[in-house]
Amino acid sequence: MPLVKTEGVEKQFGAHPVLKGIDLTVERGQVVSIIGRSGSGKSTLLRALNGLESIDAGSIEIDGAHVDARHADLRALRLKVGMVFQQYNLFPHLTAGENVMLAQTVVKKTSRKEARAIAQQMLERVGLAGKFDAYPDQLSGGQQQRVAIARALAMKPSVLLCDEITSALDPELVGEVLGVVESLAREDMTLIMVTHEMRFARAVSDNVVFMHEGRVWESGPPEEIFGRPSTLELRRFVQ
Amino acid sequence: MIEFSFAQIVEGLLLAARWTVLLSLVSFITGGVVGLLLLVMRVSQSRVLRSLVRLYIEVFQGTPLLLQLFIVYFGLPLLGIDVSPWMAATLGLTFFTSAYLAEIWRGCVEAVPKGQWEASASLAMNYFEQLRHVILPQAARIAIAPTVGFGVQAIKDTALVSIIGFAELTKAGTQISNATFRPFLVYGLVALIYFALCYPLTRYARALQRKWHAAR
Repeated sequence: MPLVKTEGVEKQFGAHPVLKGIDLTVERGQVVSIIGRSGSGKSTLLRALNGLESIDAGSIEIDGAHVDARHADLRALRLKVGMVFQQYNLFPHLTAGENVMLAQTVVKKTSRKEARAIAQQMLERVGLAGKFDAYPDQLSGGQQQRVAIARALAMKPSVLLCDEITSALDPELVGEVLGVVESLAREDMTLIMVTHEMRFARAVSDNVVFMHEGRVWESGPPEEIFGRPSTLELRRFVQ
Repeated sequence: MIEFSFAQIVEGLLLAARWTVLLSLVSFITGGVVGLLLLVMRVSQSRVLRSLVRLYIEVFQGTPLLLQLFIVYFGLPLLGIDVSPWMAATLGLTFFTSAYLAEIWRGCVEAVPKGQWEASASLAMNYFEQLRHVILPQAARIAIAPTVGFGVQAIKDTALVSIIGFAELTKAGTQISNATFRPFLVYGLVALIYFALCYPLTRYARALQRKWHAAR
């Protein structure tokens, strides 16, 4: 059974349809990149996967959590789905360590001691073991984004969504963040990412989804999508 | 006619100023507590609650405080509720203060970037957890300076309750002035006492603004 399965997902903003029936399947341990022009609906789709956008039709099933147009148990869904944002969105009033601890203690009622240990471990995993007590504004963009990844991982999600997580970074900081994502991919973390880093998408993805005008226009293994695009739109896009 | 010495005048005013301080503190604290409740309702997801609180705020911001005091002091007894000047003063000022603070604080909550709501939501926090752990701590930092600034306003507004006969600083000033026929001196001193109460707060608000402006 696939870990993530969407069927006929539709979403409108006012009279403007942004998702026109999305069917998407992601198996456990897969890395899926969603590519496409801005306005193609890729970010909206990603946000729908953890309930930041409601959907107007269709259904989303992620590791047993179910969402459709009428019913959404967001808490259950979001316990399965972690998310990393373009603008990091760290909590500026908390240290890096506290950022990683907060939801564990508040949502999962993990003891502070255990949450601290997990936070320490997650920060180590993203290469920031020494930054536990640093505040976000004392960290570089790349470091902040890595804390954001640690914060999402600390909740032990089944799948991690990454919404253009390197787009706001200075070019010299992109590598350190992509390095973390790559190591997660190697550790068989299920990843769905919206990205503009084509070379990276090609290197780490098991599957690439090309979205165009609110639809999955083309999808398949990266060699196929980047090497032998079958539609004109994708051919134009990858050039 | 009794002769008042300068020292006696000052003493009388300072004794009355205690009531001004007490009234300011009490109405600021009760107004703050009610204001916080209003704020939570004002930014809640319930449309009914939001509209009710908006109406409350608009009524109390859109009518003179003096009139609100009249209604509480002269109106409630007609409904069979006996109110002392102290009760009426605290009640009126609490309504007024809570409405203003709720509105000031709402602005502060809205100044917290949307990404903070989204990040905390994506970590499976519910609405109250988001408010309590992520949004309000940040809004509070933004709120400190304007809140202290409003505190200054609140101290000066307590002068209005002299009209309903509560013997705070302004009322005492009127009484002493009537007894001594030295209005310029007496009201001058009254103004000086208000200034002494407010000026440190104003300075404090300004310092806070500088401090939190750059800080996280």
